[in-house]
Amino acid sequence: MVLNGVVMVLMFCGLVFFTGGGIGILRFPDFYTRLHPAGKLDTLGSLLMMTSVAIFNLHEITLSNALTSLKIMLIVVFVFISSPTATHAIMDAGVRAGLRPWEKGMPRG
Amino acid sequence: MIEPASRESSQVKTKWGPFVVTFLTSFGLWLILSGKFDYFHMGLGLISCALVSIFSGDLLFPGGLPEGFLAKAVGFIAYLPWLLYQIFLANLHVLYLSLHPKMLEKINPQVIRFQSRLKSDISMVTFANSITLTPGTITLSVSVDGDFKVHAIDDKSAEGLAGEMEQRVARAFRED
Amino acid sequence: MHSLFLYVGLYLCFLMVLSLYRGVAGPTVVDRLIGVNAIGSKTVVLLVLIGLLYDRIDMFVDIALAYAMLNFIAVLGASRYFQKRKGLYEEPPYK
Repeated sequence: MVLNGVVMVLMFCGLVFFTGGGIGILRFPDFYTRLHPAGKLDTLGSLLMMTSVAIFNLHEITLSNALTSLKIMLIVVFVFISSPTATHAIMDAGVRAGLRPWEKGMPRG
Repeated sequence: MIEPASRESSQVKTKWGPFVVTFLTSFGLWLILSGKFDYFHMGLGLISCALVSIFSGDLLFPGGLPEGFLAKAVGFIAYLPWLLYQIFLANLHVLYLSLHPKMLEKINPQVIRFQSRLKSDISMVTFANSITLTPGTITLSVSVDGDFKVHAIDDKSAEGLAGEMEQRVARAFRED
Repeated sequence: MHSLFLYVGLYLCFLMVLSLYRGVAGPTVVDRLIGVNAIGSKTVVLLVLIGLLYDRIDMFVDIALAYAMLNFIAVLGASRYFQKRKGLYEEPPYK
């Protein structure tokens, strides 16, 4: 029961971060500011949700279940390495294409 | 002044160090991903990991292992919990910004340039990725001699830049 | 617990539709890239949840790992490709 409670809380927190990311992509005024929620709220959201699934998977502890949970955490490690790199690559593409950053007082782009 | 014997042993270390580290990493990954622990599959894993490490061990560490590799690895692992805590705090900040009804008045995007005192490649990559992971700031570009350009989303996250995080990265990679 | 995972998966699909709006309507090419990247990072979680629903999580975890790598490489390749195109936007270049 305690385990299910922890799983539910973690999953709910992850969904809150994912929701913030999804709404932030729609609401922020320009390309550079949109990357902030897109690249990072999603990273923490997937960390929380993957951790909750890994904990739920350990409800009966066997070797194969433990290996599956380890693999899920491996995905999290990979996301934590690749997500900043992908964010930086997209931002670099924007800079080289010559997009001008939004500043206070400009209309929404 | 370097004693000849220690120089010899460090040469051995630079020759075999990348092979050993690559082999251990890839064999650990093999064990997790295959999940079969009989002799046949582990033998296949040993052979293929050894082949891969012989052929491409120098791709992971061009120019051999850096000085004090173990201490740096331990320092990096000790740096991670603080980074996770920082990511969580700053994510809450960006979540608050993105759900705030008057968000356009709250944010003030700006590009900041600063000079970092980190020297080695791996520490600068770690620092740049940490900046990108801490929301509110994204690294725009890094030059070879530590010239950082950072896009910050508001004044609060622009102020906290390049202070404690750089010190901690420098301490983790033994550069202070 | 299975119905909880089902509803979480449906909610993730709803969030993916939100990101798809940015992918379809984004004013520049790089905006569309952001939308695609956001959809990809949600798909990895959705694949693991589908694995839980079908009780075959050991198989779906491998698929999710492969999808995460594929998504990363696709975003890298697309951003490398589009940065060669000058003048995505009619404004003067940013110095």
